[in-house]
Amino acid sequence: MLYREAGQFKTTYSADQQIFPILQDRIGFFVTMAVAFIAIPMFAGDYLTQTIFIPFLVLSVAAIGLNLLTGYAGQLSLGTGGFMATGAFAAYKLATSFPDLNIIFVFILAGLITALVGILFGIPSLRIKGFYLAVATLAAQFFLLWLFNKVPWFTNYSSSGVISAPPMSIFGVFVTGTEASHTAKYFFLLVLVTLLALAAKNMVRGHIGRAWMAVRDMDIAAEIIGIRPLQTKLAAFAISSFYCGIAGAAWAFIYTGSVEPLAFNIDVSFRILFMIIIGGLGSILGSFLGAGFIILLPVFLTNAPHMLGLNIPVDIISHMEVMVFGALIIFFLIVEPHGLARLWQIGKEKLRLWPFPY
Amino acid sequence: MSVVADLTDINQASVAAHARSIGDVVLSVQNISLSFGGVRALTNISFEVREHEILAIIGPNGAGKSSMLNVINGFYHPQEGKIIHKGVERKSMRPHEAARRGIARTFQNIALFKGMSALDNIMTGRNTMMKSNILAQALYFGPARKEEMEHRKFCEHIIDFLEIEAVRKTPVGRLPYGMQKRVELGRALAAQPDILLLDEPMAGMNVEEKEDMCRFILDVNNEFGTTMVLIEHDMGVVMDISDRVVVLDYGRKLADGTPDAVRANQEVIDAYLGVGH
Ligand SMILES: Nc1ncnc2c1ncn2[C@@H]1O[C@H](COP(=O)(O)OP(=O)(O)OP(=O)(O)O)[C@@H](O)[C@H]1O
Ligand SMILES: [Mg+2]
Repeated sequence: MLYREAGQFKTTYSADQQIFPILQDRIGFFVTMAVAFIAIPMFAGDYLTQTIFIPFLVLSVAAIGLNLLTGYAGQLSLGTGGFMATGAFAAYKLATSFPDLNIIFVFILAGLITALVGILFGIPSLRIKGFYLAVATLAAQFFLLWLFNKVPWFTNYSSSGVISAPPMSIFGVFVTGTEASHTAKYFFLLVLVTLLALAAKNMVRGHIGRAWMAVRDMDIAAEIIGIRPLQTKLAAFAISSFYCGIAGAAWAFIYTGSVEPLAFNIDVSFRILFMIIIGGLGSILGSFLGAGFIILLPVFLTNAPHMLGLNIPVDIISHMEVMVFGALIIFFLIVEPHGLARLWQIGKEKLRLWPFPY
Repeated sequence: MSVVADLTDINQASVAAHARSIGDVVLSVQNISLSFGGVRALTNISFEVREHEILAIIGPNGAGKSSMLNVINGFYHPQEGKIIHKGVERKSMRPHEAARRGIARTFQNIALFKGMSALDNIMTGRNTMMKSNILAQALYFGPARKEEMEHRKFCEHIIDFLEIEAVRKTPVGRLPYGMQKRVELGRALAAQPDILLLDEPMAGMNVEEKEDMCRFILDVNNEFGTTMVLIEHDMGVVMDISDRVVVLDYGRKLADGTPDAVRANQEVIDAYLGVGH
């Protein structure tokens, strides 16, 4: 009985209402935090930090954003890339127009601007669902990218259409630009992601989260108990886009340093969608698992044959990547729509009984 | 007002309602006609619902009973007629408006949120009363936390009352049918409605489960004074628990009166009781 809630009696509702009510989950959370805040910066090195951990953190934010909208509120979106682009370009315009503005405010404002754009493109969700909504959000994806490509104002009239993040610092430490160290970038992102993830977790266990899930599970019944479909869906679009916008800004400013609109094309939208399908729809933890999985899978596929002493050509490996993705997505959609997060939970339930089968 | 204060109010109300003196008309249905294309589901239906009473709507399959409840809570919009609720006249309104004005209901085919736990389902019944904004919820501090706790406390009372403590954290999709019916009743009760519409709350239950459900319905009516309109096919149950009965047949009203009067009505016997129900 390594993992159990039995015996941990909650004497007050507030104890039961904690973010991680079970002791082992709390320990797990603190161990993860210790690894993320201490072990990784000490041992990971620049290369791994830049190629694995920084993109992992950025994409986790986008995955949380999409999961709030699709996994919790049940509104399928293929516009994630477009919303990330909005965040990136909004942050760029803000940072270049107001050079004294702190990066924290730049990111928050970029998120808020993206939230407004998200609300705008969320309006059709009141009328249409599922497949048709997905098509409508696809239109958002194409329109937004077209806009940032075609209107030179967004790139400050740069001839190449590429935007580069100006050097920005926080507490005197550079987190963007060429002077920023990988460790500084990593820490900045880690704090940001931790706060955003905790906020998301709080929202989904509050009344807004219940309203989202109610609309997702049965929108008619939700309306009959007094939940307003309009406000609830638009709130989901707004908050989801806020997260995606910050993810886009972080991608452009911290991970790559400079981007063109094409960096946020439809492939990105699908990648984020695959992350939440594999990680787990309707799970904050799943957003992280999915992001980690999708980043690590190509790394694993490129290195595993070498380690096994096989000599597989690079192009075959990249085909394999696509095939493995496809197979996994079909597997999760059919067998386990709640993804890795659910498998993790089943594992925990087994542990709860272990070593006694009953 | 805090929930705890609400609770004491209810307790006082329950003392007052204990005698369950049936009060004034709270809901008046006037000349309602509803059709779907060529199908006339309701034809010129009028009846009244009085405060604190249990009104049963009976009738054969397809008589228009569920449609009548759907009209009352704003889900169907009748072509003719009007509804006067607490003195306010309306022809049609959206279901969420009806909910906010104190009309709650359960469904013939359970309409729970399958992916959520029993507790969360019941908590959604209180969503309209929860006011903390998104930022406060994201930070989960001060007022947001206090609000969540107060409503949780209220829902735990309902959970105790319906005797579903053991399954409060179970996703409702995994619960047996009878339990799901209870959770759905709990969600409706959580809204503290002044009119509760119950569409076949005992359908598909065994005798024991039916007895439990009857007890819950009578207790709610007694303790909270909640007015109820319920559809039920089991005549034994109807005769036992209702104060008044409205009989529908092919979308028309056949009779309206006390259970005994309805039982003695020749038209009702011919149309409904006579045909093997
Ligand atoms: N949404 C709808 N669209 C078309 N026809 C409908 C709709 N809802 C109800 N009807 C029709 O209206 C009539 C009354 O149906 P209703 O469901 O109200 O009957 P009921 O008395 O509740 O029957 P039961 O005892 O089987 O639940 C039926 O002929 C039904 O087919
Ligand atoms: Mg019916």
